[in-house]
Parts: sequence; structure tokens; C-alpha cells
Amino acid sequence: MSRGSGGGLDANDGRVWLGTPAFPEAARTALADTQLRHNLRHATTTIRAKRLDATGEVPHWEELREAGAAIKRRTARHLDHYLEQLERSVTEAGGTVHWAGDAAEANRIVARLVTATGAREVVKVKSMATQEIGLNEALGAAGITAYETDLAELIVQLGEDRPSHILVPAIHRNRAEIRDVFAARMGDWGRAAPQDLDDDPKALAEAARLHLREKFLTAEVAISGANFAAADTGTVAVVESEGNGRMCLTLPRTLITVMGIEKVVPRFADLEVFLQLLPRSSTGERMNPYTSLWTGVTPGDGPQDFHLVLLDNGRTDVLKDTVGRQTLACIRCSACLNVCPVYERTGGHAYGSVYPGPIGAVLTPQLVGVDKAPSLPFASTLCGACYDACPVKIDIPEVLVHLRARVVEADRDRRALPTPEALAMAAASAVLDSPTLLGIAQRAAAAGGRLTTRGGRIRRLPGPLRRWSATRDTPPPARETFRTWWRENRERR
Amino acid sequence: MTDERTDRPRPGTSPAEDDRHDRTDTGRAAVLGRIRAALGDVPADETPADVPVPRAYLRTTPPDDIVTLFAERVGDYRATVVRCAPEEVARTVAALLERRGVRRVVVPDGFPPEFLTRTDADLVRDAPPLTVRQLDAVDSTLTTVAVAIAETGTVVLDAGPGQGRRALTLVPDHHLCVVHPEQIVPDVPEALARLDPRRPLTLVSGPSATSDIELRRVEGVHGPRILDIVLVTSGTPARPETPETSETPETPETPDTPGART
Amino acid sequence: MRIALFVTCVNDTLFPGTGRAVVTLLERLGHTVEFPQEQTCCAQMHFNTGYRPESLPLVERFARVFAGYDAIVTPSASCAAMIRHNHPVIAAQLGGAALRDAVAAVVPAVHELTEFLVDVLGVTDVGAAFPHRVTYHPTCHSLRGVQLEDRPLRLLRAVKGIELVELPGADSCCGFGGTFALKNADTSTTMLADKMSRVLGTGAEVLCAADNSCLMHIGGGLDRLNSGVRIMHLAEILATTEGAP
Repeated sequence: MSRGSGGGLDANDGRVWLGTPAFPEAARTALADTQLRHNLRHATTTIRAKRLDATGEVPHWEELREAGAAIKRRTARHLDHYLEQLERSVTEAGGTVHWAGDAAEANRIVARLVTATGAREVVKVKSMATQEIGLNEALGAAGITAYETDLAELIVQLGEDRPSHILVPAIHRNRAEIRDVFAARMGDWGRAAPQDLDDDPKALAEAARLHLREKFLTAEVAISGANFAAADTGTVAVVESEGNGRMCLTLPRTLITVMGIEKVVPRFADLEVFLQLLPRSSTGERMNPYTSLWTGVTPGDGPQDFHLVLLDNGRTDVLKDTVGRQTLACIRCSACLNVCPVYERTGGHAYGSVYPGPIGAVLTPQLVGVDKAPSLPFASTLCGACYDACPVKIDIPEVLVHLRARVVEADRDRRALPTPEALAMAAASAVLDSPTLLGIAQRAAAAGGRLTTRGGRIRRLPGPLRRWSATRDTPPPARETFRTWWRENRERR
Repeated sequence: MTDERTDRPRPGTSPAEDDRHDRTDTGRAAVLGRIRAALGDVPADETPADVPVPRAYLRTTPPDDIVTLFAERVGDYRATVVRCAPEEVARTVAALLERRGVRRVVVPDGFPPEFLTRTDADLVRDAPPLTVRQLDAVDSTLTTVAVAIAETGTVVLDAGPGQGRRALTLVPDHHLCVVHPEQIVPDVPEALARLDPRRPLTLVSGPSATSDIELRRVEGVHGPRILDIVLVTSGTPARPETPETSETPETPETPDTPGART
Repeated sequence: MRIALFVTCVNDTLFPGTGRAVVTLLERLGHTVEFPQEQTCCAQMHFNTGYRPESLPLVERFARVFAGYDAIVTPSASCAAMIRHNHPVIAAQLGGAALRDAVAAVVPAVHELTEFLVDVLGVTDVGAAFPHRVTYHPTCHSLRGVQLEDRPLRLLRAVKGIELVELPGADSCCGFGGTFALKNADTSTTMLADKMSRVLGTGAEVLCAADNSCLMHIGGGLDRLNSGVRIMHLAEILATTEGAP
């Protein structure tokens, strides 16, 4: 079963990566990589403890989550209103607003804006939206080189790798691997890494500083995403840590911001909620080192040309589903990835999208259609850790189960004959809807179980249940079920 | 032709002008149309105000001593805080600049001249605006702040008097800012309420940092790697600060201990 | 108080001892338990795997069979969570007004066993004795589905002679997840291996939980390793007394 075979997806689409197998097979490859699993466990364990400290010290954390969820609910239900208001505010403040229905349209707009400046290079602030639309590849096709300036994005770009985490795209790499990437590839893109580069994170950060400094000081055009945009004032927010964001947002003459339509919030004052929720949930800090807020163009300070590209690219499909709609509340903090027991084992690449982990498992199928990513809603044990961690209270397990039903329904509609699973489920439903049939099935199972039992345990099960019995023994069905015992010992007493 | 401020070639035409002929109107209509079609379940007469937003998070009691809290919280993220009496600011600024080995420092318009009387460093003005190359050749920038947030240990710059444009506090590797107690608010909501969204705003919490390698925090990437904060006390004059000259960024700085002198 | 036992299909078929333990325990505490014979299953497997129409008759059956009881007690946190959170969803999506009302009437009476003991009966010392080294795994549905909090541990701490040892990383999922264990068998097995190594590290003789499905998964793995660690539902420990070990 291959995802993306349904067609209609651009080869550069970051929403699903063509050629990625369904989650179970992709996960198997990842699980076999012990280095990867070590890196992931180390990183997620570190960040989990920090997040708990940072959220635990806020006495009104639950109230903040409630407010964050409610603001996002209000925004989604009146999204057209707020986007039009945002457009007016940004335009009045000297910016230009563009609307893009899909990835191709967004890429065309950005490429044209860059070309018009005469620049052949752009510096980029880490942005999920531009990864989702495959902007770097589209710019490349237009003869424009995009330099990623976030440290983790730089690691991914130099390593010709794919991101595996929303906040820390190179989380699957450890310091030694990063050192090797820097030593081998920095010279191809600009200033080479120092000869004696070691794998101390401080040294690696210093190498990135030197490598990118020249780009920052000469870049004419920057491209960013946006964490939030306030409709009432037109203020756009970018939250970051390294200062690469400030460099891009401040030094070049032209700034192009690509923003998913769901990132708008009603009021500037609403940022008081999200600027508390986001840093504590993502990096586990009280506040990230730098937050930039700008409103249109400020004469004599920063870019004098500002463009805001509003991106749909499937988001209106998410909006349409009244259960799935809550997914648009996501502020991309990645807390759900860091607490997810499945993500911790498989890493992000297995999800086959720039949006990995629990949020990816619900967002990706909705953005591209459940038939193009049918294994993702099942890539969860429904343990609920993601819902607990989500700063805007997206009930990810609820959406997962809802999408599973959509996958099953789509399958029912598409196939002439039911799948073996559907037949089994229908049979089980019929048996479980009749205590008589259930009793017969229990007696048959007990008889069958006795035949296959060794030492009181079943070692091998038939059919798809083999996947269970490969690593687990199973108790044989009881000779005397509970209901039989009850009849013998209570009803007849 | 180059832009004096940025050393960069000026493009012949503005991209904004080109874009007037864009297909953006069809994109706009399509996106808004899809949004309205998707919201069929929302009653036509529902207004945004009909969707309640609970604001119970605002009912919190600020701590008694937000100045001390601010100093502690700034220190947690490896910025240096030195508290001193009003008449000691110039001496403290001079000592910190010397300690950081600063020779040339940018001073934005509106920075109180009385804070500059004791330093030997070359004072560089941003008038006419410095090019990025010139800025990159400067060691440090001195600023005031617009607001400071105690709970998060944050200073907020709004490009007002004494702060200058955003690039000034970004390109040089050292940023020293002077904070007055009345500028400190307890939390993020109070800070945003005091700020003007039409100004470019930068919230700074400690020096530049990254957690991108194994999710471990490393200080110092692209932004200023050293952030010093002079916190002016309002109480009785204290004896002059003499910050240590040894540079050990790994460990909390000795004179930073808040409350050591008030 | 009319108390009904919802034993669950898994316990009925594979772990009847758990059902017997609940009956023993509640009778020892002076209550009469009824077992409505027409009961079957809460439809969790169907619902969580995406088979909503197939879950509807089971939801209807549950609401019909358990109508009128003051308390419906079940020794399964995940089934309690399924009924509490999802039966109303299924009724709203696929059922009529009558089913919605029937579900709304029955759901508040459903209690997971430890909720019933601690909250309704107000007991934590149930007079049990179990002189063994035990560790407790809070299953995901115990923790987050019905939020049992420390109720199971309060009950266990009151057991005479028990040596209760803390399970490190207790709140992390064991990897069962119902059909997840089949659909994502490799990931499930990796999670299971981590959970087993934590359990073995405690040196416990017995691993207990409030859900036999997760225990079947962890215990199945422990048996395959011939680890010697036994699995027991919490109810079975609470039902054990000095007179009847």
C-alpha cells in the first residue's frame, strides 16, 4: 500500500512525500535504526521534563489553555471576517496581501515577488508553511537559491535530508552526525566549517553563526512564516530563539511572509495568551529568546517592502469537517510529538509528511484527503498523552478516531467487496450483538484454544493474529466463561 | 545605485508595483468562497462575540516584588543583571563595557547622556544610519527599553527614544540595556497592554540561544551573544558596583544576584 | 442500591477470574451484585477502528440491558471510558432521540471498579491481604480516559502485607492500543519491550492494572520471555484475603 499513489499531488508537495510507504512499513525501517531511536529517546526525554517544569509553574495554565482553544474556535468560525480584517490592517500599514489557493499558486506569487527585486538569493526563517508548499524547490526551479538559516533547518538542508520534527527538524541527528554534515557540506553552500570542528554543540552553533553571517549581511530578500497575525492591527509575530529570525525580518529590504490562513487571531491583545502558551509548550522555556512583532512597514527601520501571502492549500477542507476543524487551532508547538510514545520510537520520517507525530497524523490526512494517507489515523495507540499536552486543547484522539471512520467509509464506498477486516468486524458485531452467538463462539474458541495450548499458553495464533503472537503468549479462552460461572454459582444458588 | 543604509543595490522597480497585475484577486475570491462554504454549520446570525472566550487566566495575583522576580528570571536565562542606584548607572555602564572589552559602542538617539559620562569607549551615533557593515564592526549597543516582564525575564524594545531601529540591537555581539523599576510589569498581558502594536516590537529573553542539537540549550547563535541589563534601583544609594572582570559565561555571574543591594 | 456488573467481553471470555473477583469483593463489602445476562460488549474495538455502524447495535444493547440500575460497575477503565465518552457520540451521530435519551440515562451510572469503591462506597481498605511484591501500571485509559488518579494506589496501599513498588515511566503507554497491536505490530512490540524492561527492573512478582487488555499484552510478552512475573487485575488482589489466598 503506497501513499500518494492517488495522484493529484505535486511532486514537491510537503504535505505527503511521494514514495513514502504506509506508516507501519516506514515505522519498521525506523525501528530498526538503533542510533535513531537513541537520538529520539534522548531528545524527547530532555524536552518533556523541561515542558512539565515550564507549564507546571504557571498556576493558571489550564485557564490559558481554555482561552487559547476558545480564541481559535472563535477565529475558525469567523475566519472569512478575520482574514478580510487582517488584509485591511496590513494594507493600511503599508504591506501587500496576496491570496494563494494552493501550493503552486503560493510558489508562483513568491517567485515572482523575488524575481521582481532582481535578487537571486533569499534567506529564510524556519517555516512549516513554506516547507509544506515545497517553496525552496519551486524557487530553485525559478533560478533562486533559498538559504535556510535556522540551525536545524540548515542541518537538514546541508544534509539533503528531510525534517522529522516541527520544532527541531533535525532531532533525528545527534551531535556527531551534525558535525559530519557541517564538515562535509558547508563549503558547498558558502563559508566552510572550521578544519578542527568538533561535535560540541557550542562549536557547531559557532560554525553555523560564521557560515550564515555573510548571508544575513548581504541578503536583499527574506522569506518567513508567521506564528500569529492579529486581524485588528495587522501585526505579524515570529517566535524564535537563535536570532536568525530577527536577521531575516530586519536586515533585508524585502520581506515575504507565507502564512496559513488559520494563523490569524482576532486581536493584538490575544497574543497575550499565545505568547504564554507557545514557548512553554515547545521549548519548555518561560519565553523564547526572541519574538518579533511587526505591523506593515516602518520607515527607516527594517524591510521597506512587506508582502503577506495567505495560504489555503487544503485548510478549507479541514475547516469543513466540524470534528476535524479543531486541528486548525494548532500553533505548531510540537508538544504532542515530544510526549507521543509512537513518535518517540519511530521518529518523524515515518509519517511521510512535514507534519509528523500526532498532529501530523490528524492534519496530513485532512489536508490531502484521507484516501492519500489512510494509514496515518491508525498510527496511534489513542493513549491520550497528546491531548493532555496540547496547549490549545485539540482532542487529537477524538479526531484520530473520527478520521479512522472516514478511512473505513471511504474504503466501503470504493470497493466492490468488503476487506477481510470489514468482514471480521461485521461478524464480530453480529456475534457480540447476541449473547447466544457469543456463547457459541466462546465455547468454540475455548475448544480451539485447548488444541493450540502449550504449557497453559497459546504460542501461535492464526491469520492476522500472527502479528500478535509473534512476540506475545496468549491465555487460552477460559473453559468456563464468566457468564457460565455466574449461571452455575449465582443464578442456581 | 545602492541603498545607503544597507549597501545593497536598489531594485529598479518595487515588487509591490508589479504585483498589482497579479492573479491574486481570483485567489482571494476562491479562498474566501471556500471558507464560507466550509462554515455552513455556523448560524448566519452568529457574530464573533457569540463565541465566548473565557479570560479566567487574567485573575492572577502578581508577586509582591516584581523587580526581584525580574532580576531572577533574567538571570535564569544567562543574561547578566547588575542592580545599581540611579547615580551609579554611568559608572556601572562603564564597568560593564570595560569588562566585555568593548571599544566601540552604538548609542541610539534619546539614550540618556548622563549614563555615558564614565566610559572610555568610542560612542557611535546612528546618524546618518549606519550600514550593516559599519554596524557589524561595532562591539556593542546601549539602549533603554519600552517595557520589561518580570514573570518571563523579558525586555521589550519598541524602537522608541534610546532604543533606535531594530538592527542596532541585533548585529553587534553585545547588548547592554538600562531598565527602570517602573518599566517592569508582572506578566505578558500587562506588557502587551502597554505597547503600541504600530511600532516594531522585539521581545528579548536572554541572549540568542538554540536547542536544535539534541534539544540541549546552547547560548549564542546569531543574535547578540551577551546580554547585560543594568537595573536601576529606586531605593537608597548603594556603594558603587565593581563587576568582576573575569569572563565565565558558563556560570552565573557573581554581581547578578538580585537583592544583593537595593 | 441495585448494582449491575458489566464484566466486558474480554474478561468474560479470557479473564473470568476478574469478574469472579469483583463479585467476591462487592459481596464481602455487603452488596448484592446482579449480572444482566444479555450484556455483551461496549463496542470499543469497532468504534476505535473506525467501524461506527457496526458499533451502533452494541451501544443500543448496552443502554437497553443496563437501564434502571443505580450503579453499573466494570473492571475495565478503557470500557468505562468508551461508554462515558463515546456512547453519547455514537447515539448522537447514528441513533435517534430515543437512543440519545437512553444513553444519557445510563452513562452517569457507569463506574470503573476503583471509582465505585472509593467514590460511591467510600472505602479504600477493602480488607484484602496479599503478601507479595507488586507493581502497578496505570493504563492510558485509567490515567487519561477516566482519570482514576490515585484511587487504585490508595486501594493497593491499604492491602495487608503488600509490598508496592513504583514502576518507572509508569505513565507511558504499553503499546497495546487495541487493533494498533496488529496494524502497527512492530511499533507496538517496541513499546512493549520498553515497558517489560521497566517492569522487570522493579523486581516485582506481580504486575497489576485496572485493564486486562493491556495486561494481556504486557503479560503475553512477559510469558514469552519466561520472566516469571505474573499479571493480575487489581480486582483480583483486592478480592484476596488471608482466609482465601
